[in-house]
Amino acid sequence: MSPADTANGASSIVLRINGEEMVVRAALHDTLLTVVRDQLQQTAAKRGCNQGVCGACTVEIDGRTARACLTLAHACVGAEIRTLEGVQDEPAVAALQDAFTAEQAFQCGFCTPGMLMSARSLLEHNRCPDESQIRTALSGNLCRCTGYVKIVAAVRSAADALRQEEAAS
Amino acid sequence: MSEKLHERTRAAPKESDTVGKSAAPLEAAEKLSGRAQYIADLYRPGMLYGAIAQSTYANARIRGYDLTAARALKGVRAIVTGDDLDDAHRMGAFIKDEPAFAKGKVRYVGEIVAAVAADTEEIARAAARLIRVDYEPLDAVLDPVDALRPGSALVHDDASSYAKVFDAGTQGNVCSRTSFREGDVERAWADCDLVVEGEFQTQAQAHLSIEPCGALAEIDAAGRVTLWSANQSVFRVQASVCESLGLPMTRLRCQTPRIGAGFGNKMEAHVQPVTVLLAIKARRPVKLILSREEDFETVRCRHPFRIRMKTGVRKDGTLLARETELLLDGGAYGDDSPGVLGYALLMSCGPYRIPNVHAHGQVVYTNKLRSGAFRGFGVPQVTFASEQQLDEIAGRLGIDRVALRRRNMMVEGDPWFGGQRVQSNGLAQCLDIVERESGMGDAQRGAGAGTQPGRRRGFGVALTAHISGLLSSSAIVRVLEDGSVLLNTGAVDIGQGSNTVLTQICAQALKLPIEQVAIASPDTDGSPYNWGTTASRVTYVTGRCVTQAAAEVEKKLKEHGSEMLECGPDDLELLPGGKVAIKGVPQKAVSFAEISGRAHWAAGGPIIGTNAWVFDQKTFDPKRSTVLGLPFPQIGVFSFGATAVEVEVDEVTGRVQVLGGWSACDLGYAINPAMATGQIEGAFVQGMGYALIEEMVWDGARLANPSLMDYKIPTMAEFPGTLRAYLVESEEPSGPFGAKSVGEIGINAVAAAIANAVADATGARLCRLPMTAERVLDAVAPAT
Repeated sequence: MSPADTANGASSIVLRINGEEMVVRAALHDTLLTVVRDQLQQTAAKRGCNQGVCGACTVEIDGRTARACLTLAHACVGAEIRTLEGVQDEPAVAALQDAFTAEQAFQCGFCTPGMLMSARSLLEHNRCPDESQIRTALSGNLCRCTGYVKIVAAVRSAADALRQEEAAS
Repeated sequence: MSEKLHERTRAAPKESDTVGKSAAPLEAAEKLSGRAQYIADLYRPGMLYGAIAQSTYANARIRGYDLTAARALKGVRAIVTGDDLDDAHRMGAFIKDEPAFAKGKVRYVGEIVAAVAADTEEIARAAARLIRVDYEPLDAVLDPVDALRPGSALVHDDASSYAKVFDAGTQGNVCSRTSFREGDVERAWADCDLVVEGEFQTQAQAHLSIEPCGALAEIDAAGRVTLWSANQSVFRVQASVCESLGLPMTRLRCQTPRIGAGFGNKMEAHVQPVTVLLAIKARRPVKLILSREEDFETVRCRHPFRIRMKTGVRKDGTLLARETELLLDGGAYGDDSPGVLGYALLMSCGPYRIPNVHAHGQVVYTNKLRSGAFRGFGVPQVTFASEQQLDEIAGRLGIDRVALRRRNMMVEGDPWFGGQRVQSNGLAQCLDIVERESGMGDAQRGAGAGTQPGRRRGFGVALTAHISGLLSSSAIVRVLEDGSVLLNTGAVDIGQGSNTVLTQICAQALKLPIEQVAIASPDTDGSPYNWGTTASRVTYVTGRCVTQAAAEVEKKLKEHGSEMLECGPDDLELLPGGKVAIKGVPQKAVSFAEISGRAHWAAGGPIIGTNAWVFDQKTFDPKRSTVLGLPFPQIGVFSFGATAVEVEVDEVTGRVQVLGGWSACDLGYAINPAMATGQIEGAFVQGMGYALIEEMVWDGARLANPSLMDYKIPTMAEFPGTLRAYLVESEEPSGPFGAKSVGEIGINAVAAAIANAVADATGARLCRLPMTAERVLDAVAPAT
């Protein structure tokens, strides 16, 4: 830690990220996004606008999606935080990853971690979303490359695959 | 899946083929797991964070800097200002008019004037805010028309003295001027039965790659710098940084992380020069990532155009003459502006035969953000004017608008404006497809009442073309010891998928499975030269180099094979899976691994194939055209496209909703059909934003909406209910497996088609972009 860090009022806090307790130093105004990226170097969550519009920093806090760039790190003490790094083994995420690959639902990939976190949340609540539900659920995640067509198709096909998987088991 | 939207005019690919199939992007696993590393995701030992200080004036002389307060902040390690720059060093693709960052003078609000490297980003930003610059404010010029008036304030004191790569005619506030003539346009007006004339205006659009621009520079003990950055060409970055800092190119190595998209904004330099200077001064690695606001304010935007267009036609609908006059707001620096002007003029007739043409214009310096390359490179602007005039002509002559286009559009073998022959042309098929699929000709579905009272529906169509080509590329294909292959081209994959496409091309050429071909990451130390991922050129130009380099490898493999199998090399063929065999006798074969082992250990040395190429067909034939100020003499082969849209206009609010979009592109051949449709869909939605909502607005000299709160792009809630991409394959003889390009063309005709649809629905013609609800309402129901 640099001397300047204590000068700006940073203190140690414990955050529970992807099931692990992590000790980080954060000033009162440091966001969860800054801490996760610059201190823990978990960089799946991206900084696209830093004001909660683009959705590239979407993470999950206590079961709900949130903008890491608008969330203060200190406010997350005691919360269960999940980033894309920590949900890889979930069936819904695996189904989304397969479908995003098959449909080519990403290009540059910068918005993709946030898009996957939002899509994962949708599928957790709704295993059979129609097009308009998909569009609404993901309308807070901006993509400048794909024109969205293939993303909608991928989320739909991931939902189909998940339902089939669940019916079979 | 997108495959079904693929109108294949060629035979379907064979089982063993790798091209013509929607191979998954090579980066799928890393991008979908969050492990892909973009510039902001890189960290180096001992790394500092950089931040910029920006100009608060549009035009001012810099008298000096007060760095006392900034230096006093704990954790500040280096500060650079214009005093660290040498006046002699300037960069610019066409005109060397731009310092690494402001030196002596600032020329727009938001320009980088100084930068700080510190232990944390927070300290760097705090220190940057403490830098005091002593300015002597000067009159600013903010409007291109004002800039041309005699006695107007000058953006550059002596622009004519700058070094240039072509006859730009730079003088006063004129950055460049270009004029093309063919036939005799003045005489032709007299032969026309109808002449239409109009003025059109287009706006500045932000590229808005979701990844903001940034760079990371590191200096070694000997003073050599390695630079990673958000870029579209490691080689352009190297050239720009070295030019602007006066560094020999041997002292700078440029590499690339993954790129969070570039639509032209990452082609020329942004923060790379200032970041390199910080790293040199701090003697530590420095990472500098722009905030979204800084990215809006300091990088570049799409050119605002003012367009005067005049088109003459016979009463049977035959186009006879066109004059186009363009005035481009270039902003404070030349950047790619001269190229955009030249290209827009070359494309100003659209894909139509017009025998008498005068196309001319100017780029003007103003005290605003520089304009630069943006997907379409000037064509969306001229197409907005041109395709609206065609609809106007069709209406006034009582000719069907599609028929008017069919009558005049180019076919295979026609010369483009300037004289270059078009060898492959699938335009007619593109138009057929969008007309049929949109149902625009269907009387039941034509213009009329909307889904609710107070709404009107209408269709619009627009045609376009684009080049693929421009400047040089090269490729190295090397056979590894185990018989697999390493491909190295230096072409940066900016997210569009060129790594995958080039790998497919290489695998196909050597009949290998994709998994047997690795692609090297671009690196100015190790890659052969590639001008860049721009101008829709990578598949066509670099792909062609790959096929040629692979052909050299094939020749060498066969030379070895002929000695190993004791036959002539011409008696040999490649078999799928990495084998060289006697033609028709597949059991008489040697594997690439056996050959490569022999080459490495016993005969000839490692097998390497190389190729270097620059598109060399002249754009202008001096026997038919007069040309003044041509920024590039050869530009490439032509791709074609047709876009149809259906819109609904709310006559109460003026809101335009795009109900459907149908976009067909003749891309020669689809190496990867899903990637190609992805380009078309993405371009359509970006074009929709351009047409309807996106506009960078200046409040005086200051950009008023540099944030995603105030500058909106289409979201998933707004893209059309129907959006279909169609691939037409005309097979370009000079392209790899017949391929041309598809990266930009999909945006070109979108705004024009939407404007035509709005006119179809309401009778009101909008000549200004974007077609916001307010402007549409004013046009539909003019205030009394």
